[in-house]
Amino acid sequence: MAAASGTQSILNSDGFVRLTRLVGRVLLYGLLIVMSLWFLAPLFWMFMSSFMPLDQVGVFPVQWIPRVWMPENFTEALKFWNFGTTFRNTMLVTVLSIVGDIGSCAIVAYGFARFRFPFRDTLFLILLATLMLPFAVRLIPVYAAYEAIGWIDTFYPLIVPAFFGNAFYIFICRQFFLGIPQDLLDAAKIDGASEVRIFTQVMIPLAKPAIVVIAILSFQNSWNDFLGPLIYLKDPDLHTLAIGLYKFTSLPGQGGIYNQQMAASTMMVLPVLIVFFLFQKQFIQGANISGLKG
Amino acid sequence: MATSFGSQFSAMRGRRRERWRDLSPMRKREAKMGLLFISPWIVGVLLFSLFPFIASFLLSFTKYNIVQPPEWIGLEHYNNIFTDDPLFLKSLRNTGVYVGGSVAIRIVLGFALALLLNAKVRFLGLWRTLFYLPSVVPIVALSVIWLYVLNARAGLLNSLLYAIGLPRFRWFADPDIAMIGYLIMSTTWVGVTMVIFLAGLQGIPEEYYDAAKIDGANVFQRMLRVTIPLMTPTIYLNILINIINAFQVFTQIFIMTDGQGGPRDATRTYVLHLFDHAFQYLPPQMGYSSALAWILFMIIFFFTAVIVTTSQRWVFYQGGEND
Repeated sequence: MAAASGTQSILNSDGFVRLTRLVGRVLLYGLLIVMSLWFLAPLFWMFMSSFMPLDQVGVFPVQWIPRVWMPENFTEALKFWNFGTTFRNTMLVTVLSIVGDIGSCAIVAYGFARFRFPFRDTLFLILLATLMLPFAVRLIPVYAAYEAIGWIDTFYPLIVPAFFGNAFYIFICRQFFLGIPQDLLDAAKIDGASEVRIFTQVMIPLAKPAIVVIAILSFQNSWNDFLGPLIYLKDPDLHTLAIGLYKFTSLPGQGGIYNQQMAASTMMVLPVLIVFFLFQKQFIQGANISGLKG
Repeated sequence: MATSFGSQFSAMRGRRRERWRDLSPMRKREAKMGLLFISPWIVGVLLFSLFPFIASFLLSFTKYNIVQPPEWIGLEHYNNIFTDDPLFLKSLRNTGVYVGGSVAIRIVLGFALALLLNAKVRFLGLWRTLFYLPSVVPIVALSVIWLYVLNARAGLLNSLLYAIGLPRFRWFADPDIAMIGYLIMSTTWVGVTMVIFLAGLQGIPEEYYDAAKIDGANVFQRMLRVTIPLMTPTIYLNILINIINAFQVFTQIFIMTDGQGGPRDATRTYVLHLFDHAFQYLPPQMGYSSALAWILFMIIFFFTAVIVTTSQRWVFYQGGEND
């Protein structure tokens, strides 16, 4: 990119400009390829080594193609790692969290976007400020409270908070609602629609793009969550995929079976990658909105 | 476009504060509906933010092990933290290294990658997807993968260093370089910062560059006088988000060192230390841990305040571009 436009120099001939442009482009794409390799090599190796025989994983320098393909690494990993149960638990927590996040955040965002009430802007600033509160500050009292009401070793601590709104998702949804023209609402009001009807039958269908972004972020959040399940779920029957994978890799005596650990990691990563490829646009949008929040 | 903190504040100042009793009956009905809609969040913020915020402050003055009720001991924990806990300072220093290193990596590398992608490349969407991809991988899986990337005997990184003729390192065994391993791992999430920068770069009107070119500005002058000033709001925001997050680094180090922060506490971060006292000690030291949490809150608050207040001097907002 850089060299392409140094046109005011004495070397202004057509040939020189074209040459620098060419060199610039080659450098540019070279850099992009090197960086892509840097980002993707660890994931590619995870995938390849999950099919390797164990002794091949420890070879130096690293090898990329399995000497023999061993799909049995996956079935072996499944034996130790209770995939069925952990998968079901993770799905349960994830689906209910998505439902809670979408419902509560759309409702709250609509309240902030479309009604005037005293202290509305102050409350919204408080909402933004909670984004900066370190999780370590909440951790202990919230844990103690769950302990007191007997919610340790249940899924409630991982699901219930979603039904009370997430500051970041509310922000996303509010920005979207603010962009919907007021005329549409006025028309519905003149037709005699109630606030609740306007919300459910006019606004929600219009807000679908924002809701998809929230669903994706919420999915990613629950599926990847480690700390929550780690402290709240002690019973192995309640473990989620993240905890299952962690326990599998840290079992005494399991430290060496890299190929099966990579097979287990592959099984946990694949669903996320599939969702990512299906909804790339929404993932990128989600990241972008976090760039706008300030 | 963006609603910045600055514009939120000025919007507030501009409006006259409304009082409940001055509202007309119709406005009262509207206000009631609005409050009804936001009520889930009001309950949520009280339960999940305000209550723990105050409770952890109070608990920090008590001895508390969850089983027995908290016992008031005044400033004892704070006293112990500052005079009798060598791991406090050590973990703070480790965290400082991670914050400095990882924020620098994410800002510099993220900005550089965004500039590359903004240079009218072909297949922009494809590159962006490839760079963003590692960020969506669950952190447990990433940690398992990076255990082998950084493996001293047969790891990917040492294989790479060997291939280009550099010495190999014992990433997990050598206390002097253990943190550097996690800094290298932190490049995994550069894609998130890059995507935000790229959106900012794409928002700079082409005419600014055309005008600069007509004035005879070369590539570097355009970068220094057009791109960087116009990107300061995005840079500011990325620094803020990344610093707040980096101070709380925990999960990958917890998984990769089995909760120990080894070797010899060289990667024990602040939150790992705090977590240790609350959830790994027997009996749990929840009061001590709360004191640590509040010190962390003050540290993060201090940095946020410094960045926010100095931002007026170096962050450049285009007039009328916001909202």
